[in-house]
Amino acid sequence: MYDMLALYEATSVADAIALRLEHPEAQIIAGGTDVLVQMREGKRAGKALISIQKLDEMRGVTIDEEENIRIGSLTSFTHITSDPIIQKYINVLGEAVDMVGGPQIRNAGTIGGNTCNGVTSADSASTLHAWEAMVEITGKNGVRRIPIRDFYIKAGQVDLKVEEGEIQTAILIPKASYDRTYGHYIKYAMRNAMDIATLGTSVNARLSADGKTFERVRIAFGVAGPVPMRATNAEAFINGKEVTLANIEEFGRKVLEDINPRDSWRASKAFRSHIAVESAKRCLIESVKLAGGEL
Amino acid sequence: MGEVGKKQVRVDGYDKATGRTKYYEDLMPRDALYARIKHSEIAHGYVKSVDTSAAEAIDGVVKVLTCFDVPDIPFPTAGHPWSMDPGHQDVADRLLLNRHVRYYGDDVAVVIAENEVAAMQGVRALKVEYEELPFVLDVQKAMEEGAPQLHEAYPGNILKHTDMRKGDYAAAITEEGLIKVEGWYDTPSVQHCHIENFGCFAYEENGRVTVVSSTQIPHIIRRVVGQALGRPWANIRIIKPYIGGGFGNKQDALYEPLCAWCSTQVGGRCVRVDCSREETFVSNRVRHAIRFHIVSWVRPDGTMAARKVECFSNQGSYASHGHSIVAKAMGSFAQIYPCDHMECDAWTVFTNRPTAGAMRGYGMPQASFANEANIDDIAKALNIDPLALREKIIMPKGFRDAFSQNENYEDSFRQCLEKGKAYIDYDRKVAEFAKDTGPIRRGIGVAAFWYNTGVYPISLETSSNRMLLNLDGTVTMQCGETEIGQGADTAYAQMTADVVGLKSYRDVNVVSCQDTDITPTGLGAYASRQTYMAGFSIRQTGELLKKKILEYACEVTRQTVGNMDIVDGNIVRKPDGRVLMSLSELAMTAQYNPVHSEHITAESTYTIRNNAYSFGCTFVEVEVDVPMCKVMLKDIVNVHDCGQLINPALAEAQVHGGMSMAIGYGMGEQLLFDEKTGKPLNNNLLDYKLSTIMDHPHLEAQFVENFEPTSPFGTKALGEPPACSGAPAIRNAILNATGVSIDQNPMNPHILFKRFAEEGLLAD
Repeated sequence: MYDMLALYEATSVADAIALRLEHPEAQIIAGGTDVLVQMREGKRAGKALISIQKLDEMRGVTIDEEENIRIGSLTSFTHITSDPIIQKYINVLGEAVDMVGGPQIRNAGTIGGNTCNGVTSADSASTLHAWEAMVEITGKNGVRRIPIRDFYIKAGQVDLKVEEGEIQTAILIPKASYDRTYGHYIKYAMRNAMDIATLGTSVNARLSADGKTFERVRIAFGVAGPVPMRATNAEAFINGKEVTLANIEEFGRKVLEDINPRDSWRASKAFRSHIAVESAKRCLIESVKLAGGEL
Repeated sequence: MGEVGKKQVRVDGYDKATGRTKYYEDLMPRDALYARIKHSEIAHGYVKSVDTSAAEAIDGVVKVLTCFDVPDIPFPTAGHPWSMDPGHQDVADRLLLNRHVRYYGDDVAVVIAENEVAAMQGVRALKVEYEELPFVLDVQKAMEEGAPQLHEAYPGNILKHTDMRKGDYAAAITEEGLIKVEGWYDTPSVQHCHIENFGCFAYEENGRVTVVSSTQIPHIIRRVVGQALGRPWANIRIIKPYIGGGFGNKQDALYEPLCAWCSTQVGGRCVRVDCSREETFVSNRVRHAIRFHIVSWVRPDGTMAARKVECFSNQGSYASHGHSIVAKAMGSFAQIYPCDHMECDAWTVFTNRPTAGAMRGYGMPQASFANEANIDDIAKALNIDPLALREKIIMPKGFRDAFSQNENYEDSFRQCLEKGKAYIDYDRKVAEFAKDTGPIRRGIGVAAFWYNTGVYPISLETSSNRMLLNLDGTVTMQCGETEIGQGADTAYAQMTADVVGLKSYRDVNVVSCQDTDITPTGLGAYASRQTYMAGFSIRQTGELLKKKILEYACEVTRQTVGNMDIVDGNIVRKPDGRVLMSLSELAMTAQYNPVHSEHITAESTYTIRNNAYSFGCTFVEVEVDVPMCKVMLKDIVNVHDCGQLINPALAEAQVHGGMSMAIGYGMGEQLLFDEKTGKPLNNNLLDYKLSTIMDHPHLEAQFVENFEPTSPFGTKALGEPPACSGAPAIRNAILNATGVSIDQNPMNPHILFKRFAEEGLLAD
């Protein structure tokens, strides 16, 4: 039994926006794997909910006319992992979200919920950052698209304007981002399932045609700061460099100039920093292998 | 017949697998009120006031009761048999709700409401004013002068101190050529994490209180509820339905007394208390965190000259099972690796942590971790193979403990070690893994354990049993040793079938539910005693029933009792094997005989004055990813000598569960507390790192079946032993792989990072 003030069931995106404008205090609920847990804990007790669960128009993975990969915000983790478009162009995203919770959570939880929570540890977040995803937001004045980096404002807060009735409707990966690009994700956690990331590391690489030069390497971390973040110094160092283990070693060390993990009872700053260096190296080595490069 | 020793399907298996089994919540009356508890939000202090007005104003709230309302009757909670000797009775330091709160999570008030939402809103609406006191979380800091004091009756926070002296330690350590191997070993507070959280409901009927509870120990709970409410014990009725595990947490009175009292405060209406997982972690019981200091004086050949062991047991806030746990832990040192000169001390100390009680292993997972770590440290110091060292100094065949009269009848330890060694391919792998020098290093670890089956001679061991012959020739059996998921009912059915002479264990209807108004008195499920102890009364009662059946058969068949037997559910004439009649015919004849009608039943109590040693070991193979500070378990095997297996399939399952628990203890589990506030940090299943199936390799369970001569079925402990040696085996495997000793569990990446950095294994 949940301490829930009311449940409003949206019948369309337009209806969801109208409900949001009508009930600005209400909480949007999709898969419910976070919202209901928090409600049970008393954190959101007594709140009204607007459910967008039935909006099938926000579900599924397609390639749009601009050749963006378009992931509807209500697409479940399980569906992302098993989707052929994801598997072909951005398999690492499917692998990353396959590490969320357990099978039941992955069946219910959605990529929209994962990102709208605004938490740094979300398994999809570092990969979406590393692939420079665009977030599609729909409100009373129509649709806007912003880079995912800008979507995250601070821990627990994302750029959704209640007064505009906004909800997140899709996540897009532009062709320029996924073309000839291969990536790897390491979820560092204390156990092999049902866990939250101590550190999430997502790296992708595009190599030169001969496979000998790093044409473009992007790296993003979860839990290395209050929101998911790119390691720009490390990227600047490696781009244009030769594909060698020595360069990858240096790339790993460089991430320390970018990240800012904190000391908490969950893990120390020193430990997270150490794992970040090692994970960056291992992720890049895997990415090179996937891209057909040789080491 | 011949059911004992067979891999039979559980009698409750189909219903449990299909979700039809009824647990306490499935039996809940529809009109039960919800009682929800307000827990203290400080670690130590006094409640000055509780403002209940806002809570009482909430729609649906029926009553609010606070620590200022409860009767002033201190009561004990430990699930021990009552002792007629006041000196051996459990410490009575509990009240139903507390003005003096002693840990973050202590019980301050309760809101009783028509539904759960109103009850929780009521709890959140209570305004509690505290007078805060300093608190202490660490066991040795609590022993220091000037430390915050928890209980007036226990100055210095020391609940109890006991020692054991053997030989002359001071003289023995002067022997020339001895090597000193000293270590501090730390074990954490962990929780049982049974699937079904604790819960119960209570109501009054005809002036008596009934409590239906998810407990392991219904008859003991009756006594505790009676004590807490100041009522005669027989005025209380406890019903125990199927439960979703307990592992010792439910070998304690948890909220049954509070729930029963709440019912009496609302006119006898049914009241339910259901613990959330968060409450279960903090406000039930935990396993004692014990810190050990071991000083071993060894000769170059590995033999032990003298040993000093100090054990500091963190009791948390209330006495519960108290000193029994660390006393058992301390006692194991002199048994498993006998040594002529020993000085052992054990302290049980109150701190402002959740209360520690019974948990699977009762001190032995802690003692095994410390002792087996120290044995490997000795092997390393002497440059002896750790398995060879154990084979040399571990308890010999014929070893006899003067106190318990336990005897090691066979060379069980060496037999177990031999089997484990063969499975894990010890010699080859140790040699091969020694060559690993890169980032990935492999290792093999071994650890052994010693365990006592029951609690004799420290406490009473008694088992009562009732058997009824049914009209269809089957037998209904009742006893007080409870089914808590371990499969006891199935083992009892197999034993009963064999003693009475039934065709199949399916011909025995074990009444799984205990009802203290009906069930013969028994002590419940704890220690590793159910199969062993119940076996005595099953044998005795079954033979009594058989005798009564044959006596009645004598009237019908005109054969003398001595000439008849019961075989496969038939009365058989022994000399020629002729079937005279079936048990069903006999039962019908006896019941409906117009001249001599008899419902054939038997009931008896057996006082067990024996105990039995149970032995075993774990071998584990690990792969350590040094830069990532991660340990992967590649293979693990437990070998047990628990006597004759009653049901090999259930025995294997029991070992698998224990190994899983040991993996969690070794690799991830520990309750964490905020040093500044005493608040528990990770009392949920996300942040408390219980291991998952993805963290387990194949779990191999093997047995050495040496018949236990004191048992009527040749059996002995297997309930707790599987949880005892896994964690130290992992510790020793990491040592073997990396050369780094980790002297605390869990051996998670945080501690590996710290230790690998200290030992220079990490590049940065």
